[in-house]
Amino acid sequence: MTTLAKHSRSAPAASASPKPQGSHRRLGDLKIALLFIAPAMIGFIAFYVVPTIRGIYLSFTEYNILGDPEWIGLDNYTAIAKDPLFWNSLAVTGQYVILNILLQTALALGLALLMHNVAKSTIIRGTLLLPYLMSNVIAALLWFWMLDYQIGVVNQFIEWSGLPRVAFFGSEAWAIPTQALINTWRHMGYTALLIFAGLQAIPSHVYEVAKLDGASAFQTFRKITIPLLRPVLVLVLVVTVIGSFQVFDTVAVTTAGGPVNATRVIQYYIYQRAFTESDFGYGSAIAVILFLILALVAFIQMKFLKGNESDLD
Amino acid sequence: MSTTASRAPLPAATRRRRPFNARRAGAWALLVLAIAVSVLPFLWVLRTALSTNNALASNATSLLPAEFTLGAFKRVFGLQSPAEAVAEGGSGAAIDFWLYLRNSIIFSSITTAGAVFFSAMAAYAFSRLRWKGRNAVFSLFLGTMLVPPIFTALPNFLLIKNLDLLNTMLGLVLPYVFMTPFAIFFLRQFFLNMSREVEEAAMLDGAKHLRIFFQIVLPNAAAPIATLALLTFIGQWNEYFWPLLVASQDDVRVLQVGLGVFKSQSPQGAPDWSGLMAATLISALPVLILFAAFGKKIVNSIGFSGIK
Repeated sequence: MTTLAKHSRSAPAASASPKPQGSHRRLGDLKIALLFIAPAMIGFIAFYVVPTIRGIYLSFTEYNILGDPEWIGLDNYTAIAKDPLFWNSLAVTGQYVILNILLQTALALGLALLMHNVAKSTIIRGTLLLPYLMSNVIAALLWFWMLDYQIGVVNQFIEWSGLPRVAFFGSEAWAIPTQALINTWRHMGYTALLIFAGLQAIPSHVYEVAKLDGASAFQTFRKITIPLLRPVLVLVLVVTVIGSFQVFDTVAVTTAGGPVNATRVIQYYIYQRAFTESDFGYGSAIAVILFLILALVAFIQMKFLKGNESDLD
Repeated sequence: MSTTASRAPLPAATRRRRPFNARRAGAWALLVLAIAVSVLPFLWVLRTALSTNNALASNATSLLPAEFTLGAFKRVFGLQSPAEAVAEGGSGAAIDFWLYLRNSIIFSSITTAGAVFFSAMAAYAFSRLRWKGRNAVFSLFLGTMLVPPIFTALPNFLLIKNLDLLNTMLGLVLPYVFMTPFAIFFLRQFFLNMSREVEEAAMLDGAKHLRIFFQIVLPNAAAPIATLALLTFIGQWNEYFWPLLVASQDDVRVLQVGLGVFKSQSPQGAPDWSGLMAATLISALPVLILFAAFGKKIVNSIGFSGIK
């Protein structure tokens, strides 16, 4: 009955235009949408989808650019499993990732708290962001100079304070920590700003309640700030881990994998296998493994750390 | 006496503030330290770039340039004769950062313009238009953010090579110029939040989507588009890996790659530090200028790009 009434009431208008126009609009939207999406779609297919499939395919082949790729099944992967240089690259990269997590997250959290408590000025935030806007190459060269063994200013200060000079880039023990320090220098302010934005989003009444309940500053930090900051911290962690796993520029410009194998990180090893040794199949197979590692990291973030859920709701 | 007088009206506030003062001073000291660590290296680069190589060794810690000279900048721009360059500790090999600067500007400008415009078009389709499969396709686009660049770089290199586009600006630009997943994601967020009213009014007037896009959506989103263009340009300016793979010849080599090459030329045993730092500064300069002009925009975008 009601439907009938509705029908009859809207009938004149409906029969005139809305109904046909509605269906026409939907069709029209699809057509016009395809037009709007076309350029992006070309890029998406040509430079993301196809290369992803091709990269997986290449990992099952032997291919030295000349000639055609030759299907060899899992041979690349079995070779990688027995390749000490691969395991070394994984270990070295892992060390770099862990150092970055520790240094970067701790420093950035501290810095964010400082900004949140004493200085929210845009100028200060901007200044701290400056290193992040510089390229990896610039950051690497700048520190390559300042940390130079002979006349780098940092070593001059180290010597003044009575300690022995440090071969930051030249010693196997220091090479990776130095790379991590450069990366931390570049990302510290950026990460701090991410956390700062998270801090700003915590409503002040939560803190007021805690104060009324007589919570100490440390208790407030541990029981309120950290849990409410969790989504941001998880995000920062994931960005740091995924970014660090793909370290290349600073290594390529400064140590080029050395001394010995100390900084031959995964991406640099892929680059060497594929481009210096023209072994594209092998390089692609390592790239697939790196891809899987990063996917696993993202999966863990979603599944266990629940980075996409907030405790504020 | 005066302190008690001033304290009297606001006992609670001052009592809370007092113990905070030492803490605040400490906090400020740490903050100043962090700022110094962020900024001082740039001054050190400038100071080195204005020194001569021979004087650097004996004046390793003075804040002022050692034997002030513009020689390093001249050398980097190829304005010094080989003899002069060698005398100042350079390699004497021809190096022309004008060329790299030009290439970097072309590369970054084309990719930024293309990526931002085409991504805006796609973002419009993903937010303001209704069509079947819209969200599924959008998820696929977003999914590409998970693929590490190195993974697609190898096949993309092969593609550019097969197209015979190695060492051409076109080959350098192609993978970036159509879109970036981040740009689409970023602009879609803004387009989704735009009010429908103006758009619907225009539609009643018979305006077509193309006109709505150009005359209503784009102008209304001018601010986020400018921010995105800024971030994209800086990102492209700093790009190293892809240009390293496909553009190794001088006429298409960009600054970042040029810097790496310059660094690997160690002329007389020791690197040409002042030349290298002059080159580094030149490579950083465009970003520093953008930062000076639009710093606030960049800073305010950080919360967004991270937390959605």
